[in-house]
Amino acid sequence: MSQMAMPDPASAFRQRSRSAVDDSAQRQNFRSAMDYLQAKRRTQFPDEQELVGLRDLGEAIRRYSLANLPRLLEQLEQNLTANGIRVHWAENAEEANAIALAIARRVEARRIVKGKSMVSEEIGFNHAMQAAGIEALESDMGEYIVQLAGETPSHIIMPAIHKTKQAIAALFVEKIPGVEYTEDVDALIQIGRRVLRRKFAEADIGLSGVNFAVAETGTLCLVENEGNGRMCTTVPRVHIAVTGIEKVVEKLEHVPPLFSLLTRSATGQAVTTYLNLISHPRQPGEKDGPEEVHLILIDNGRSQAYADAQLRTTLQCIRCGACMNHCPVYARIGGHAYGTTYPGPIGAIVSPHMLGLAATYPLAFASTLCHACVEVCPVRIPITDLLIRLRNEAQAQPGTVNASLRGSGAARTALVSAIWNAWALIYSRLGLYCLTSWFMSRGRALSPIEQGAWTRSRTPLTPAPRRLRDLLKDRRP
Amino acid sequence: MSARERILERLRAAPSLPEVLPDVAGWFAAHRRNEDLAQRVARLRSGLEGYHAEVHDTTDADWPDLLLRIAATKHLRNLLIGTDTLHGATLEARALDTPQLVPYDRSIESWRDRLFDAIDASLTLARSAIADTGSLILWPDAREPRLMSLVPPVHFVLLDAATIHADFHSAMVAENWQAGLPTNALLISGPSKTADIQQTLAYGAHGPRELIVLLRHGPGDMA
Ligand code: SF4
Repeated sequence: MSQMAMPDPASAFRQRSRSAVDDSAQRQNFRSAMDYLQAKRRTQFPDEQELVGLRDLGEAIRRYSLANLPRLLEQLEQNLTANGIRVHWAENAEEANAIALAIARRVEARRIVKGKSMVSEEIGFNHAMQAAGIEALESDMGEYIVQLAGETPSHIIMPAIHKTKQAIAALFVEKIPGVEYTEDVDALIQIGRRVLRRKFAEADIGLSGVNFAVAETGTLCLVENEGNGRMCTTVPRVHIAVTGIEKVVEKLEHVPPLFSLLTRSATGQAVTTYLNLISHPRQPGEKDGPEEVHLILIDNGRSQAYADAQLRTTLQCIRCGACMNHCPVYARIGGHAYGTTYPGPIGAIVSPHMLGLAATYPLAFASTLCHACVEVCPVRIPITDLLIRLRNEAQAQPGTVNASLRGSGAARTALVSAIWNAWALIYSRLGLYCLTSWFMSRGRALSPIEQGAWTRSRTPLTPAPRRLRDLLKDRRP
Repeated sequence: MSARERILERLRAAPSLPEVLPDVAGWFAAHRRNEDLAQRVARLRSGLEGYHAEVHDTTDADWPDLLLRIAATKHLRNLLIGTDTLHGATLEARALDTPQLVPYDRSIESWRDRLFDAIDASLTLARSAIADTGSLILWPDAREPRLMSLVPPVHFVLLDAATIHADFHSAMVAENWQAGLPTNALLISGPSKTADIQQTLAYGAHGPRELIVLLRHGPGDMA
């Protein structure tokens, strides 16, 4: 599709937000889910001092890891390889999918069962596999429900947060043969369990994400409650893990603080049911586990964020979702309105690097800058500073030092350019400035009543009847 | 140039912003409670029970009978055990007809369907545990494979009280994990669960529905 044919991303986003806020049932779902997650998180941090210290530590670990990123990636690769885990590198989504597909073809895989992985959503993994005739089935309960409904996740931790149990009950009746309608959550989960157990046993490949990759030991850490991640990484004969290049930490001892911050911030749990540390494929004599383990390290725009000292902080993220749980905008428009894999504040700051600013700049404006996200972010990402930076980048004049990103200047219209050019001209010539301001104050009655977004909830702006320089002149003795 | 080289080259070309190595050990040392074994046991128990696990106090002499009693009340038809383990042998010496003891003595490929469909319960040994979060540490191996703690609906874990660490950090330091990890290391805190449907907690998502901890006290450390 050519650049011209693309719908204007700002009006598309506005439209999606409008229909989201008009759906009062869904707003109720999000509101109660956000209230629940906020309350759960609060109970995990009763000691303010401990929270402050732990966040300092978490931030320091992530900053240290990023400061040493190229070295740690090489160390990780070396140790994983020594452990028998094969490491692949992908510049973008297509390359990552091609690598996975080549593995699948080599082992003649027909079915892939997936643990929860936002990176796999980011690269459109399921579509790429389906296009090649390979089934890719989600096994996390929320992801399974969303896939069954032909939808995408609306939250990075709780993918089916937008659905009621009634909708899920109806979906199961429609899509799973032999299922009777029930709104009992236990019964619904047992239906999912039954279907997916067969799938684990039949799958040729298990796909997973990675929460932390430890360089010093060559270890992949996976955090989960359900056990489907363990199934995917243990039952099939091949395990493929996909992850962004920023997930590496140097030392094993860096995991406990980040793990604690992650589970407490995300779902308000002191710990998840499972922490799964994988360091080797099946060893001689072992009776289960995959014969092959692969890790695909994906850039997909992350190195663009890395290149800039301020934007690099985006990569500190541990994907806990707390920023969206506390975002007044996310709570009202929900995850789908953002139109990106990652919604909410984290989505607004990370998506421009993956998809370009031209397609994603409206997200940076979808914030009141209230700082709720900054207050809860466990690794202290200055999210609002990044939003302002992205707003500036979106309006930057292409070709200037302020335009450093793919798609910088995308929001700058001819009108805005003309206004700034005129502004620059007037403010750099004293005579012209005096003349213009004199005319402005005399002609104030001609100010437009409609002033775009400004007058939607405010009174129109009009120049003062007398200029500052005139007032000052009067005050001189 | 390969993708690897291009990515690394871009990262190396980025501004260098040095950071000091964080003092993780120092933070944990400052936040560690000064507890004796009985206090660690109590904290582990309340954590595990909070996650819906059952915890039973027992001794080296009594645990097999305790396990068999629980198995009988739950009408377990069979129990998966490891091979070449001391606790497995102890149980075998004591066992009756039900639950039938099934050793995990061949590779998963040759009995996958039976493991998934016909095994009611399993018994494994925990390597140690973490009082802070109520977590069991398991290092599955050739004798007690990975799926034993995942596929059967009921999972019994034998845990020696003396092995309970204060927190995750002290566990990995005391056991020298950074010298090298096994194929798979696990922290397990309760039976598998999900809250993916309307934030309603349901147990037995994909893994065990019940986690039963047999807490084996040595002579003198019974609280
Ligand atoms: S930006 Fe911070 S709060 Fe948001 S998901 Fe990432 S780590 Fe969590």
